[in-house]
Amino acid sequence: MRAENIHAWFGPTHALKGVTMSIVDRQVTAIIGPSGCGKSTFVRCLNRMHEVVPGARVEGKVLLDGQNIYGTRINPVRVRRHVGMVFQKPNPFPTMTIRENVLAGLRLNGQSSSDPEHVVETALKQAALWEEVKDTLGKSGSSLSGGQQQRLCIARALALEPDVLLMDEPCSALDPIATARIEELVHELSSKYTIVIVTHNMQQAARVADFTAFFYQGEIVEYGETDVIFTRPQNQRTEDYITGRFG
Amino acid sequence: MTSVSAEADTAALAMRASQPPVELVSGSNGGVERAFRAICLLAILLPLMLLVLLFGGALIEAIPRLSWDFLTSYPSRRAAAAGILPALVGSAGLMLLTAVMAIPVGLGAAIYLEEYAKPGKVTALIELNISNLAGVPSIIYGLLGLEVFVRVLNLGRSLIAGAATLALLLLPMVIMASREALRTVPRSLREACFALGADRWQTLRQVVLPMCMPGVLTGVILSLARAIGETAPLITIGALTYVAFLPDSIDSPFTALPIQIFNWVSRPQPEFHINAAAGIVVLLALMLMMNGAAIWLRTRLRRRIYW
Repeated sequence: MRAENIHAWFGPTHALKGVTMSIVDRQVTAIIGPSGCGKSTFVRCLNRMHEVVPGARVEGKVLLDGQNIYGTRINPVRVRRHVGMVFQKPNPFPTMTIRENVLAGLRLNGQSSSDPEHVVETALKQAALWEEVKDTLGKSGSSLSGGQQQRLCIARALALEPDVLLMDEPCSALDPIATARIEELVHELSSKYTIVIVTHNMQQAARVADFTAFFYQGEIVEYGETDVIFTRPQNQRTEDYITGRFG
Repeated sequence: MTSVSAEADTAALAMRASQPPVELVSGSNGGVERAFRAICLLAILLPLMLLVLLFGGALIEAIPRLSWDFLTSYPSRRAAAAGILPALVGSAGLMLLTAVMAIPVGLGAAIYLEEYAKPGKVTALIELNISNLAGVPSIIYGLLGLEVFVRVLNLGRSLIAGAATLALLLLPMVIMASREALRTVPRSLREACFALGADRWQTLRQVVLPMCMPGVLTGVILSLARAIGETAPLITIGALTYVAFLPDSIDSPFTALPIQIFNWVSRPQPEFHINAAAGIVVLLALMLMMNGAAIWLRTRLRRRIYW
């Protein structure tokens, strides 16, 4: 996946000012930066979710498998099936059971799986939730703890077998133990999926990401292998940020 | 250095000691608090007492006439033999037809305004007008119904014309209640849905509507409970006051409970006033039942939504 010269606006606010970035397949890419630097906006541009907000606008190209997802004949709804997303706050559908939540993506797309039980089991296993919920699939998704709900949301995204999984601060509403489980999961999932994770927690980026990009004021300041960014940053602002001098 | 700071500490302690202790004993505003509480209590007791008085008065007067026969008899020239069956059936039919017309249109309008309309001058104007319509006196709706449904659309003085008029009257309320219900569905759930590759319609149908249905239904029933007591618009469009048959189709002439009551009250004979009181008791009981049903339905449907 590759973003080319992405500009994004919220009404008059210019939130992203020309971001170009190649995302490596089947690796974890972390996006770090201070609040308001455009990191969430950037991932929301990668599955055309930015434009869902009234008054929001995007310019530029995002290439997925060589196709520009902002091309004229592209249906944004179809893009989102290939580029899944997990949000800051766990948001399982409250009217649905755990099982229905996992299948929600298929049902919303009008696809009927020949073997829904298999889809549910596979997705929940991938999200490391199967053992905890296999006997209570008929219970409501909201009956789970926050960390379990977030893993349910991950399972819900994985059930559609996306190419890319975007995670927008997926642990910011979770306690440290639940966070550790999600981080472990991100690491496991990277063998199958391309993952982009936004985080305000630099230790998290250092722990889970193969590549890290530092965003500041709507621009990409530095991008490279996580080890290099954290040990030998080339840019003074990156160094100031990761050493905690601002942010 | 140490001696200086020790001196400062002693000075600070001395200052503390000379100050009065923190005020914890009840101050002087306890009386105001109590008075305000009493006023608020009075504000709720007053309307409640009036309602009890009204209902109780009607009930006492109505008791000799309240019987199964009263509910199942046709009106009669003899007060003791008169019943409210056609009015009861007419009111039930009206409510059913009104709901059938008001729910889809009201919910549709609410969905458009909440989900599709772009904020702007036109939308603001529409919203303003809907709130205005909610305040228009019901007799105006009656005149509108008379002209549009009875005359122009040539529906005659029929059940369907009455129901259409009442539906028009309820629309602003249904729209506002539905919008309120749509707004309670958090944005994060809609986004979750979009992110799964759902379009707007699928999001509405699978996630938003199931979640806001309790609110919509409660709003509809509460507005219907208001409509069942409406008299003016039905008189305007020409509901009959003396009907010795049951409405057998939607274009049949009809009467309704409030009209029957109005008719009996305006008779000179005191026996008919007893009938009117009995009719009022039945009408109030129906309204209480509808409000109760709204509460029951809301809690029941909410139980299916787990937060």
